[in-house]
Amino acid sequence: MNNHEPLIHIAKREGMIWWQAWLVRLVSLVLALLVSALFIYGITKMNPVKVYGAMWQGAFGSSRRTWITMRDTAMLLCIGVGLAPAFSMRFWNIGAEGQILMGGCATAAVLIYGGSAMPTWLLLLVSLAVSLLAGALWGIVPAIFKARWNTNETLFTLMMNYIAIQLTCFLVAKWENPPGSNSVGIINQQTKVGWFPELFGKPYMMNVLIVLAVAVLMYLYLRYTKHGYEISVVGESENTARYAGISVKRVLIRTMAISGAVCGLSGFVAVAGASHTISTSTAGGRGFTAIIVAWMAKFNTFVMILIALLLVFLEKGAIQIASQFHLNDYASNVIMGIILFFLLGSEFFIRYSIRFRSHKKEVAQV
Amino acid sequence: MTQLISLLTSAIIFGTVILYGAVGEIITEKSGNLNLGVPGIMYLGGIAGLATAFFYEMHAAEPVGAIGLALSFVAAFLASALGGLIYAFLTISLRANQNVTGLTLTIFGAGLANLFGGSLNAMAGGVGQISVAVTSRAYRAYIPALSGLGWVGQLFFSFGFMAYLAIAVALLASWFLNRSRVGLNLRAVGEDPATADAAGINVTLYKYLATCVGAGISGMGGIYYVMDYIKGTWSTDGTIEALGWLAVALVIFATWKPARAIWSAYLFGVLYWAYNYISGLSRATIELFKMLPYVVTIAVLIAVSLRRSKEAQPPKSLGLSYFREER
Repeated sequence: MNNHEPLIHIAKREGMIWWQAWLVRLVSLVLALLVSALFIYGITKMNPVKVYGAMWQGAFGSSRRTWITMRDTAMLLCIGVGLAPAFSMRFWNIGAEGQILMGGCATAAVLIYGGSAMPTWLLLLVSLAVSLLAGALWGIVPAIFKARWNTNETLFTLMMNYIAIQLTCFLVAKWENPPGSNSVGIINQQTKVGWFPELFGKPYMMNVLIVLAVAVLMYLYLRYTKHGYEISVVGESENTARYAGISVKRVLIRTMAISGAVCGLSGFVAVAGASHTISTSTAGGRGFTAIIVAWMAKFNTFVMILIALLLVFLEKGAIQIASQFHLNDYASNVIMGIILFFLLGSEFFIRYSIRFRSHKKEVAQV
Repeated sequence: MTQLISLLTSAIIFGTVILYGAVGEIITEKSGNLNLGVPGIMYLGGIAGLATAFFYEMHAAEPVGAIGLALSFVAAFLASALGGLIYAFLTISLRANQNVTGLTLTIFGAGLANLFGGSLNAMAGGVGQISVAVTSRAYRAYIPALSGLGWVGQLFFSFGFMAYLAIAVALLASWFLNRSRVGLNLRAVGEDPATADAAGINVTLYKYLATCVGAGISGMGGIYYVMDYIKGTWSTDGTIEALGWLAVALVIFATWKPARAIWSAYLFGVLYWAYNYISGLSRATIELFKMLPYVVTIAVLIAVSLRRSKEAQPPKSLGLSYFREER
């Protein structure tokens, strides 16, 4: 052996006990909040504890705010759930943003053109079906090329986003109401046909219920069905999958259809259940944020709920601080970035162990 | 003729922004790091340069354009490289997933830049939008004698210095990657880090340097956009982000070759602005036209995967982190 043993030695861990892993993540979250607090103090000169209090007010300060927080969490969760099957197959679906928009556009089209012809329940069913199809279509295209010619899916899905964004801009200009406003306005504002009805007297109950149902179904699908098993085998190793007689191409295309469809569904929920309009901010970057949510949660649906809630809480909270201090609400993205950097970094300490060079060991090696 | 010249001129200005972004990203990707943080990095470069110029112009009794230019130029490079360093530390040392880290960097950079870009003036006690007229004028200065030479002057001499610098940087990067020993080593790292490591190349060092320098170059696209394209102001409309993704697209379109990126960037500019020069388009159709660069990129991406020619492929280890003990 040479004497130049490196100062730091990194080795893969056998696997950490689950509570230790969560402790590491918690510590990194606390560190991130401390750094964010310093940042907030730096620009507002306000007591950070008070700031976090104001953030709490922004997210849960009233029943209305709480419901909006729930609604947005559900939206983020829905996209994350949609991405989970693709990611567990190691297919980098960066295209959620576009898939959401396509679902949203499809829904808006049904609401606009069918608004006077169909009752609400039928409108909702039709737009659900159409948005699932639109999202699936947007997911299938890159998958077919990946399956057939191994075209890089990260870059392909990324480009598909921008095609969807431009298509949305095109439709917005086509449907704009009133003319010249460059926005579609609230669709069916007077009649409210095609809007999600209030369930149990709560405004966004239906959004939350739909998303929870999708999340549970997806959990069962990935965990207990043959398809789910095939997805995880393909994700582990395509060669193994092929050897086991799984048609990798079919799994790729089928899974991306499902992934895109669920993302399209979240566009449906966003348009028919929340904003009742369509614009590029219907997705508004959530397609990208959800990638991080899905990845951090290791595709575990229940962890996804926690992370989605944390991110939406930050967003709502930061908007509150921003209006109190006359800043713009991009502060939330900064804090979100800091927290995600820390959480991403913390995974290293869970997967690897670090040992420093010690003299004792050198003696032992001789 | 005038129309054509004016289309080409705006295409070159547009192309310069994404050329910086793409050349930086090519260098980064050649080390095997797929940095999806390009938009965030361009944001960081833009805001760092703008903020530096802003504070210089605010505190100097008589601000000199050249000094503001030098200060903001260096600040933009450093801030962007720092963004690259965050990415490098997380993905290389801590082996975090590259896609997720890059996207986080984009969120972070866009947030930081728009927060300060939108609020800096208010924070400093001013009203309205931030503006750095003196520095911006220095960025946009060109040689009057030459730019007056009819359409030749218009087409070749009417730009600020950064448009020419971008071409120089791209050519230099091309020479570096194809002709220099360090550049060849870098490509080896991106193709097969384990082999490069066995050949005695310090993989970690190469990846770090390529990512940070690449980010620094990408960030110059941000400062060019802020100082030249929108003339020393700030707008929170998200254009830098869209341009950043176009820069990522350009990397693919140019099939990871900096020299090819030069004309490709201008072509993107032409495609992007073409709608302005076709009469009778409705506002809706214009939006469809803006789709062109992305459609073309997808076509190239597909063509590259169909042809499987060795020169046009992405670096083999692109997107994967390297861990010596997993060889």
